[in-house]
Amino acid sequence: MNRPVYLDYNATAPLKPPVILAVSAALAEVGNASSVHRWGRLARRRVETAREAVAGLLGAGPQQIVFTSGGTEANNLALAAGGRRLMVAATEHDSVLRAAPDAEIVPVDRRGIIDLAALDKSLARDSRPALVAVMLANNETGVVQPLAEVVRLAHARGALVHCDAAQAVGKVDVDMQALGVDMLTVSAHKFGGPQGVGAVVVADHVELSPLLRGGGQERGRRAGTENVAAIAGFGAAARLAAEEMPTMARLAGLRDGLEARLRRQVSELVTFGADADRLPNTSCLAMPNVSAETQVMAFDLAGIAVSAGSACSSGKVRSSHVLAAMGVPSALAGSAIRVSLGWATSEADLDRFVETWTQLWFRLGAGKTQRAAPAA
Amino acid sequence: MTTANGGTIRRNEPDRPVYLDYQATTPLDQRVLDAMMPYFIEKFGNPHSRSHAYGWEAEKAVEAAREQVAELINADPREIIFTSGATESNNLAIAGAARFYKDRKNHIVTLVTEHKCVLDSCRHLEQEGVHVTYLPVQKNGLVDLDALKQAITDKTVLVSIMAVNNEIGVIQPLKEIGAMCRARGVLFHSDCAQAYGKIPLDVDAMKIDLMSISGHKIYGPKGIGALYVRRKPRVRLVALIHGGGQERGMRSGTLPTPLCVGLGEAAAIAKREMASEAERLKMLRDRFHKRIIERLSEVYLNGDLEARIPGNLNLSFAYVEGEGLMMGIKDLSVSSGSACTSASLEPSYVLRALGVEEELAHTSLRIGFGRFTTEAEVDYAADRIIAAVQKLRDMSPLWEMAQQGINIKSIQWAAH
Amino acid sequence: MAYSEKLIDHFEHPRNVGALDKNDPSVGTGLVGAPACGDVMKLQIHVGPDGVIKDAKFKTFGCGSAIASSSLVTEWVKGKSLDEAASIRNTQIAQHLALPPVKIHCSVLAEDAIKAAVADYRSKQNQEKSAAE
Repeated sequence: MNRPVYLDYNATAPLKPPVILAVSAALAEVGNASSVHRWGRLARRRVETAREAVAGLLGAGPQQIVFTSGGTEANNLALAAGGRRLMVAATEHDSVLRAAPDAEIVPVDRRGIIDLAALDKSLARDSRPALVAVMLANNETGVVQPLAEVVRLAHARGALVHCDAAQAVGKVDVDMQALGVDMLTVSAHKFGGPQGVGAVVVADHVELSPLLRGGGQERGRRAGTENVAAIAGFGAAARLAAEEMPTMARLAGLRDGLEARLRRQVSELVTFGADADRLPNTSCLAMPNVSAETQVMAFDLAGIAVSAGSACSSGKVRSSHVLAAMGVPSALAGSAIRVSLGWATSEADLDRFVETWTQLWFRLGAGKTQRAAPAA
Repeated sequence: MTTANGGTIRRNEPDRPVYLDYQATTPLDQRVLDAMMPYFIEKFGNPHSRSHAYGWEAEKAVEAAREQVAELINADPREIIFTSGATESNNLAIAGAARFYKDRKNHIVTLVTEHKCVLDSCRHLEQEGVHVTYLPVQKNGLVDLDALKQAITDKTVLVSIMAVNNEIGVIQPLKEIGAMCRARGVLFHSDCAQAYGKIPLDVDAMKIDLMSISGHKIYGPKGIGALYVRRKPRVRLVALIHGGGQERGMRSGTLPTPLCVGLGEAAAIAKREMASEAERLKMLRDRFHKRIIERLSEVYLNGDLEARIPGNLNLSFAYVEGEGLMMGIKDLSVSSGSACTSASLEPSYVLRALGVEEELAHTSLRIGFGRFTTEAEVDYAADRIIAAVQKLRDMSPLWEMAQQGINIKSIQWAAH
Repeated sequence: MAYSEKLIDHFEHPRNVGALDKNDPSVGTGLVGAPACGDVMKLQIHVGPDGVIKDAKFKTFGCGSAIASSSLVTEWVKGKSLDEAASIRNTQIAQHLALPPVKIHCSVLAEDAIKAAVADYRSKQNQEKSAAE
């Protein structure tokens, strides 16, 4: 069977071959990393080697890495830090928004960038210590937030900063120290590691309040038998990501080329966040007058996998809270799809996408525009 | 298919320690690995992706696994919530139920011999104003049903009692507990991490409302487990992990497709092979036990022998010290105490709850037998233990005194 | 936890395991530790008329480090005077066996065992003397 072209890396990325090897090698060996016998110590070594690789990728110390079951758990764990009032950006992932239902929402501008003046005002309004959660890069648009500024403002007011970097890691340089954040979320399967593992990176001065209690694993910060194979895969993916960061420029070239080709043929194309700093692999684009659902069905028929909004909601396609926060009218937001590229994406994949997109536009979208706006 | 590393699974090679720690974790079954591999390779999709074939095929695999998990306990697939493992399941069941019903009821009953994650969840809830009764157990490790009956009050929201203890392997009378709970309108949660796939479980016959399940205890992968949550009558929980609303809102986060598939396959294999496997393990266990007690005196079995899973023995060897014994049997992978605490020097709280004296608790070994244990390994392990115990006893001043008829308890030992 | 080769050698091939007649006036016996703490050491010395330790035996209930520590000190005390034996310090034992920090108490126990054996021998000798007087 011919596998469809995969352009949904922000939902999950295919595992890189060395990662598959690391995972299957660990799966083939028995051992609970908490056991003191030899099999246990072998498992422990795999876990600690991976911890060092992940720490190395993120400019953190190994003791700062708390392995979790993924990005969602990591965000929940970080935000449970407790006793602080919470502030979150309007475009955060659901796992931040829902984990902090009482948080104050800080608006973003039309490009999707957090409103720093509004953040500062909120910080100043209340003297209680705060925790600010701002993602590094948005999952739908790829827009990168000015974390350095966020950290500067927050720390000046005695607030901590949590950064959900699940979409950014492996695509842009993410350095805990350089960012200056107090906590950071990373998810393995977003950059070529396995599903079911992630981490929250915790600065030494921050004390977590555990979500899962029990056997005292992860220095008492996250109980549960270590998921040795997935953690080993996470470590392998981290090592590769550090090596392969220069190849991200290739993706930016592919992505920019894609948008330019579409725009040359269809001036009605709308790209979101394109005038902001963006991840190199992500393009959120609207085909006016054609619903996202119609588009993804057509792409599926053409053998291309793309996403309408984020892949996380368990029900029907919802309208995007991200685009709404950027002031995008709901009709336009409803015709937006997300294209996200990755390590195995080829030029030919994008040729196919451009061809399908433009055909669809001329079949379904263009006519409606002409009807809506009769010949001038 | 072959594994991605091109070989077969290595286990118990002659130059590597014999693995007899099946309660800590189990080797992955090759058939489980085969089922999982395609989802690490070409079928890598996010099961929550609604807009393309990669997502659909992953979702289909996850739902098939959910059915396999449910089938083993006579549950409806819609009652199965995937989690990252039994620790999460236990945390979610206990904290989730206590928090949801806290306005009406605020009391939990559990056992002192529960797994640490159950006890720690309960202790944490005490800080939130929940009252917890930690029931003692009888000398054989089993709950006293009369004591349980008396512990339940009108304020009791939940009884949390494990099916099988991780250290001593004893099986609690789930059916009786379930009936008692149902009659009193109390939720019954059972940590079945050590029981699922090992002994027959039926959520209806046993009237279990919440059941924790672990993947890596049944020859499946680590990092995956499940929580059974009864639909009729419906059990409600406050989630621990919020986000995309997966798993009916009870547990958010991307489901790890290959791990779900692995748990499902492990459950399906257990369903087919549980009965014959139990028989074989019982034979191996009895062979091992017999060999030991024929050659060594003053060996004590901890926990009931009859109400016990076939793959577990927990023995105390009087007059030798546990760490020394472990060092003397380095080529055997067994556990002294539970895997989570064996790095510390404290004697097992489970054995102490049975009234096992501290000296004997210090010298206990948990020997776990499983699917890949052979007769030859069992004999080898028994002989190694016999030799090590004999050597250490020859070296032990306590053994010497005992042989001379001196009562060790009559001696005034200096504290140090 | 990684143990040193010397420690493993003493554990696997302990020296001077055994017992001396504790009623012999030329034998000093030290029994230290407690079963509940997980360590009991019995160290015995046989002292010649010249006050030099001729022989030493031990039995130990304890972990590998405790067994190795007692085995080592039986080797060390042989040929030493009582004062020399009593001046052996736990730090020397710990250093020789490269004991990990959590096992330092084993070397303390071994030092205590020597001191107790020497004290036992001396008190026996005093009793002998006073009985003779």
